[in-house]
Amino acid sequence: MTEPNLSPADVSRLYRSLKRIRRFEEVTAEIYPSDKIKSPVHLAIGQEQVSVAVCDVLGAGDWVGGSYRSHAMYLAKGGSMPAMMAEMYGKDTGCCRGKGGSMHVIDVSAGVMGSSAVVATQIPVAAGYALAAKRAHAGHVVAVFFGDGASEEGCFYETLNFAALHALPILFICENNGYAIHEPIAKRRAKPDEICSVAESLGVPAHRVDDGDVFAIRRIAEDVVRRMRKGGGPALIEAKVYRWREHVGPNEDYDQGYRFEDEVVPWKRTDQVERLAAMVDDAARARIDSEIETEIADAVRFAEESPIPAAKEVFSDVYA
Amino acid sequence: MSTPDAPRPLKYVDALREAVEQEMDRDERVFVFGLDVDDHKSIQGSTRGLLQKFGSDRVFTTPLSEDAMTGIAIGAAMAGMRPIHVHIRMDFMLLCMNQLVNIAAKASYMWGGQVKVPLVVRSMIGKSWGQGAQHSQGLHSMFMHVPGLKVAAPSNAHDAKGCMIAAIRDDNPVVFMEHRLLYGTETDVPAAPFTVEPGKARICTHGDDVTIVGISNMAQEAIRAAELLAEAGVQAEVIDPIWLKPLDIDTIAASAKRTKRLLVVDNGWEMCGASAEIVAAVLESVGPEAGIRVQRMGFAATTCPTSPWLEAEFYPNPGTIAQAAWKLARPDQPDWAPSPDRTKLAYQVQFKGPF
Repeated sequence: MTEPNLSPADVSRLYRSLKRIRRFEEVTAEIYPSDKIKSPVHLAIGQEQVSVAVCDVLGAGDWVGGSYRSHAMYLAKGGSMPAMMAEMYGKDTGCCRGKGGSMHVIDVSAGVMGSSAVVATQIPVAAGYALAAKRAHAGHVVAVFFGDGASEEGCFYETLNFAALHALPILFICENNGYAIHEPIAKRRAKPDEICSVAESLGVPAHRVDDGDVFAIRRIAEDVVRRMRKGGGPALIEAKVYRWREHVGPNEDYDQGYRFEDEVVPWKRTDQVERLAAMVDDAARARIDSEIETEIADAVRFAEESPIPAAKEVFSDVYA
Repeated sequence: MSTPDAPRPLKYVDALREAVEQEMDRDERVFVFGLDVDDHKSIQGSTRGLLQKFGSDRVFTTPLSEDAMTGIAIGAAMAGMRPIHVHIRMDFMLLCMNQLVNIAAKASYMWGGQVKVPLVVRSMIGKSWGQGAQHSQGLHSMFMHVPGLKVAAPSNAHDAKGCMIAAIRDDNPVVFMEHRLLYGTETDVPAAPFTVEPGKARICTHGDDVTIVGISNMAQEAIRAAELLAEAGVQAEVIDPIWLKPLDIDTIAASAKRTKRLLVVDNGWEMCGASAEIVAAVLESVGPEAGIRVQRMGFAATTCPTSPWLEAEFYPNPGTIAQAAWKLARPDQPDWAPSPDRTKLAYQVQFKGPF
């Protein structure tokens, strides 16, 4: 299936973004056992398409905010790859200068708010950015990414209500991978399929995509963001996805007993990276893949060769 | 002849309002929000007139969602605005702890200096007329504990205005602790904007016999205690820290080193409290050879009751402060206490509920 409104160049761009994130995280997982990456990594392998689709309709002046699983969002919005890799290495050149690690990535110049490790905390913070955007009247929007677990926190409800009340330009994106750490959603919600109706009951229009289709997510995001820029108020997208690796760390964990490999099979069959790879002509795809490998190798080299922070830096930036 | 900028008597509540109004005039990024800031009572008058002057984009109420509202304030601050988030009681700030401690305090640091959080969180401590367990807490020590936050606790109208302007202009999150019983008290306050900067304590009365540090409204109670002590021949040096974080230990330590007696009276509990911190920091600073006797005073180690007869046992007052200071200063003499009818403060005589 192709997307009628997208040109081959659009598809190539989306493929590049998907593949770049996939390979960045695969390389991260490969390096991880060496203990050079001194940071807990929460990989988004298998669910990159949500960040890719949403960030593709955002631009300069728009902001994104996310959780401890934010590599995909950060890269899709244009965050610096070398700075993130160096951050995971704990180096002085990292995006947080070695004080945030994988869970707290930030790139203000690319419109990436700092990501946060306490579940759901960035939902209201992103709404604060949206309040500032609304007051600035420049048509900018904010997108905040969170998981299904975050939708159970009180501040999710509180923020939806405030965003609707004030018609804030904020897109809530629930990446529903069905697990909070190791707990399936059915053990956590009486009505697992009603995240969208929570938003709608508070006045936030909501849309659900069940099959992980990058084009479908992009199409909805494009539509709601266009309206948002004209003062249309907030919206929510719930995208069902599947996390291929363990909650935290580089490995698969289908042998741990809380979930089984048959769950991932349909998601691998519809893997959006492979799907779009098949839509890009061979020569172009080979060039893109090669450029990605070079970029990642350069980022790893940058991280490895960067200086460690000076001891005195432990006290800098406590206060602005 | 007075000039337009000359100090004139102003109530604490009006000093707060004037500070915010002047800063909102000066800087259009400043806005005020919180439950009831725009209603007819306007947080006991401390936000009166701001809605009419600045409009509902800059002065607005909130849903009862303290957790998210704190996050929204933080996000707006990181995005370049300068929010003032108002809580009518400090107890409600317990609902804000996740955002204040996990985000506001840490944002500058954990994001490598890429962001700052110029946020003021106003809250008021209640006392008496049945405020009780959940309307009376001074939680400043919890915020002092966390690197990245600043804490102001002005005890008079002058400092209320100066600290508020300094807090609004500060690029860091400031927990601004007010006290309901101070709202009606008057001091001379300059009409023009001015700042009372973080990290500088004030010596309120000079004396050589005992140093008394009073926090928030306990500074006023300590000043009254010093008057009573003077009648009994004990000269107390009362110090108001004004800002609890950053804390001016040097001024307190220098005084305690001279008087050799240090009494710290807090508007909170002693255990892990501001009084414990000040005593420990002073003793570390001056060393054992200084030979300073110390004592903490604060809320009784129990929950605040509502019955006035029980409540009288809960708080330090000028009488109990004077009594404790006398014991420190005159350890070899019999105990002394001022007459109870002389230990009330003006607001305690004049003030009536409801809040």
